[in-house]
Amino acid sequence: MTRNKTLSRTIGAAVAVVLAIMWAFPVYWMINSSFQTTATINSLTPTFLPFGGTLRNFQAVLDETAFFPALGMSVAVTAIALVLCIVYASLAALAIARFRFAGRKTFVLVVILVQMLPAEAMFIAQYKMLAGFGLLNSIIGVSIIYLAMVVPFTVWMLRGFVAGVPVDLEEAAMIDGCTRMGAFRRVTFPLLAPGLVASGVFAFIQVWNEFALASIILTEDEKATLPLWLRDFAQTSNLGVTEWGQVMAGAVLVAVPVIVFFMIVQGRMAQGLVGGAVKG
Amino acid sequence: MATIADDAPAVTEPQTLNKKRRSVLPYLLLIPAITALLIGMAYPLGWQVVNSFMEYGLQQQFGQPPVFVWFENYAALLTSGEFWTIAVRSIVFMAVTALLTMGIGIGFALLMRVIPTWSRIVLQVAMLLAWAMPIVAQMTVWNWLLDDRNGVINYLLSKVPGVDMIGHNWLIDPLSFFGVACVIITWASVPFVAFSVYAGLTQVSEEVLEAAQLDGASGFQTLVRIMIPIIRPVLTILLLLQFIWDLRVFAQIQLLQDFGAAGVRYDLLGTYIYGLGIGRGEFGLASAAAMTVMALTLVISWGYVRQLLKEDEQS
Repeated sequence: MTRNKTLSRTIGAAVAVVLAIMWAFPVYWMINSSFQTTATINSLTPTFLPFGGTLRNFQAVLDETAFFPALGMSVAVTAIALVLCIVYASLAALAIARFRFAGRKTFVLVVILVQMLPAEAMFIAQYKMLAGFGLLNSIIGVSIIYLAMVVPFTVWMLRGFVAGVPVDLEEAAMIDGCTRMGAFRRVTFPLLAPGLVASGVFAFIQVWNEFALASIILTEDEKATLPLWLRDFAQTSNLGVTEWGQVMAGAVLVAVPVIVFFMIVQGRMAQGLVGGAVKG
Repeated sequence: MATIADDAPAVTEPQTLNKKRRSVLPYLLLIPAITALLIGMAYPLGWQVVNSFMEYGLQQQFGQPPVFVWFENYAALLTSGEFWTIAVRSIVFMAVTALLTMGIGIGFALLMRVIPTWSRIVLQVAMLLAWAMPIVAQMTVWNWLLDDRNGVINYLLSKVPGVDMIGHNWLIDPLSFFGVACVIITWASVPFVAFSVYAGLTQVSEEVLEAAQLDGASGFQTLVRIMIPIIRPVLTILLLLQFIWDLRVFAQIQLLQDFGAAGVRYDLLGTYIYGLGIGRGEFGLASAAAMTVMALTLVISWGYVRQLLKEDEQS
């Protein structure tokens, strides 16, 4: 009986390792290829280990392509959308977590419904709107849409964190002479820090990775964000002989910051989306 | 900001946070978020509703204002064979990908319960890596893996005796194109399902499982009769989310088209709408198609919306 159980556990572990290799392989292959010379890459037999690798691919990407302008665009767009998102969403989260007021339910319903709307079905309209404002190919234009895209989710997430800060603390501060907003600012916001970090990282990942809308709004080459830059880089090299080593180095540069941030918040990732259902 | 609040009459007297008290403060707090949503979402949505009733024909391309045509766009779409072909294709793609993702994800979660801790962590880390990859990086890497001449997948498949895949292009045949899309999306979505189901399973108490074992239930019976019913709410929501996400899939298909073959034969609803609007300038038709997709999504996701509302009421 126990022997049988040990055996099945060992088989299970072996299966898990095989599956782990399958799931991690594309990520590994990206990193591996990014260190290989063009000759190694173009040989018909793949090289599975990055020994004898080179940094030349990274050098070429950084020196010869528009990586830095794209990085600048990404940073600008993400910074604007992220800062406004955190401020707007935490104010709104305070409102719905701390007050019961007429229209609250409607707002909550809107916040939930907007998350369900397929962003992909709004692109044409958003494109036409920005074209009307003369904001195509502008940082402001794309940030406005990103802000609206990430605010609902952030409000929803922060609502839970605000509700987790005991009201008693705010009441105590107000008895000690704080105003309502003063109590929020001095007591609730500092305690909200972990929530702000977590929801901020989520919003960051969404905006930083966004490809579809950017590909429609930012059509000029010099306005490309990092995802667009990577697509264009892979595509232009597709026309001639693909420099897969360089393309993979580009992919590494785009993916690694996201993977690092993702690891920070991964514990909350599943929780945030199905938390209510798990609690029953 | 503090000085303004100091003078506000509403905050001078209360000793407790009476939640029923009338105050303008919550409305003030909502103004920025609502403004952002009005500009980024409500205005385009309104434009879309209005323009789904407008005709953008040849004259409009020469500067004429669009003409109001009632439901003609919807009628044109719903009687168009092309639209139906793509709609049905999208729904089939959604169903296959979502069910495949759920099946594999649940399998992973069950496996993680029974294996030693070290191997579980190895599997979890591997899944996190796949999950964390930005879509554009994912598609670029898969495109390299599938490269016809130097791709590692064709190389490994050619190791099988009697198979020679070197030079095979996976993105030319439409069925193969969507197969590739399905595999990539499943690969990227399984981690979320596996982690969520695993989290759900840890809520099933040990006592209940022991009781079942004492009553002589087999492993399979425990799974079907006890574990699955307990985590059914999680499974339902996960399935809904997968349906929504796989129905609206755009970036992956667009990128596969950018890297491989493009054309209506390789379209799903997302890329089709994009082609109608941006490509052909048929903004009326594109709006009508987008509204149709939106309606379909809302119908599918209604259960999830209700669940979230319930969660809000409980808090």
